[in-house]
Amino acid sequence: MDDIESRIIELVAKSKNLPASDVKVDTTFDELQIDSLDKINLSFAVEEMFEIEIPDESLNSLKTVGDVVRGVEQLRGATPPDAAKS
Amino acid sequence: MRVVVTGLGCVTPIGNTVPEFRDSMYAGRTGIAEFEPSFPGMVGATSGLRFKTSGKVRGFDPANNLTQRLASGVIISTDTSAQLGIIAARQAATESGLLQHHDPTAIAIVTGCACGGRTADEGVNRHLYVRDARVPPTAILRTMASSGASFIAIELGISGSVLNISTACASGTHAIGLAFQMVRAGISPAAIAGGYEAALTFGFLRAWDSMRVVSPTSCRPFSADRDGMTLGEGAAMLVLEPLDTALARGAHIYAEIVGFGMSADAHHITQPRAEGAALAMRRALEDTAQAGIVEPALRIGYINAHGTGTPTNDAVEAAAIHLALGELAPHIPVGATKSLTGHSIGAAGAIEALATVLSLDAGSLPHTAGITTVDSTLNLDILAGEARPMDPQRDLALSNSLAFGGLNAVLAFRRLIP
Repeated sequence: MDDIESRIIELVAKSKNLPASDVKVDTTFDELQIDSLDKINLSFAVEEMFEIEIPDESLNSLKTVGDVVRGVEQLRGATPPDAAKS
Repeated sequence: MRVVVTGLGCVTPIGNTVPEFRDSMYAGRTGIAEFEPSFPGMVGATSGLRFKTSGKVRGFDPANNLTQRLASGVIISTDTSAQLGIIAARQAATESGLLQHHDPTAIAIVTGCACGGRTADEGVNRHLYVRDARVPPTAILRTMASSGASFIAIELGISGSVLNISTACASGTHAIGLAFQMVRAGISPAAIAGGYEAALTFGFLRAWDSMRVVSPTSCRPFSADRDGMTLGEGAAMLVLEPLDTALARGAHIYAEIVGFGMSADAHHITQPRAEGAALAMRRALEDTAQAGIVEPALRIGYINAHGTGTPTNDAVEAAAIHLALGELAPHIPVGATKSLTGHSIGAAGAIEALATVLSLDAGSLPHTAGITTVDSTLNLDILAGEARPMDPQRDLALSNSLAFGGLNAVLAFRRLIP
């Protein structure tokens, strides 16, 4: 498991008070009972953790933990961390 | 319709359950203690505060303590103030059995919270202003003064009239008074009413310091050497329902609410005026008389005073008691509980209503903790030294709340002797 994936799984698990072992990359938000407010909070935490900005239009397309992992990988690939800080 | 109290809940500096609160109250065990001298984000080497004590809630852990458990989604969306309120309401509703006997779609929830999510607000803004930090999306939810009321409704599935009242230090009393009126009028079949507040932030304490009304030692109402108030936090909730339904289902009845009076000083934003407070007390008694209780003033056996411990408040409140009750005033036992709990602003009136109701239930009046020498210039019968049995001939009690801005609220309760 790569670093981004494990950190996101840990974040998701913590946000729902679950052990990390209960969260897999293909786990859906519906399965985790992540509602719209949870999703906003999770997005904020992910943005803080990886120093990225998730575009509004991408939020609705996030349905699984893997979607978040791939989104972060893409955003980090497109935006070097140092640039995101400025 | 007669209205009674059938459930109680609290999270306070002197107890996180009602039995703990009751024990501390009668033992005179104060929850006021020295706070940590440093605060998160403090820039100076010292706090700059001229006082060192507050009434903080201890042992509150909604993430881990099973009896205070809140879901993670609730914790992240709420300030401590709302969390205290939710737990107090849960206790009260559970104890009363309210939800098993009244239609949850019609039950009311009326809360008092004056400062809102001040702790959350200050925590977020500190990071925003100092390092341009992003503001989390939950900041809005956590700063809403009404979020406690909303989450109580969500947790208990109550969908009647639900609202929060903000009238500074009288919020909790106004909330209970309004709920009483709603149940009495048949607008709601039952209600959960009370207050919650947790605003002991660095900015809040510094602001109060600047007002020069906080005790450099500790709050001791009606003491000749009193030197100010002590700030506190907490929550208390009461379940109100009609007497007949309480009797029919065999609920424990702590006390009856028999009157409510409100007034505004219409005078000054900080200076209290005795005439305003006296008017609220008289109105509470007039309301009591409307319920068929003859000459209620003669039956007052206890006044739980606003009693902040500032030289001005206690003197003006004493003057108000004399104005409202005339020659009866020196003979009515008067006490204050803020030397135990501190002054928890929007929750204070609810915590003091709780103290009053417990006193009536036990027929025993708690003494005012911390008094060194009673201020004899007030010409009142101040409860000091030890608890005193309530005069069985005088079954009424008043609970006064006199807020900054001159907003006064007074509840009248009656002891129901089985």
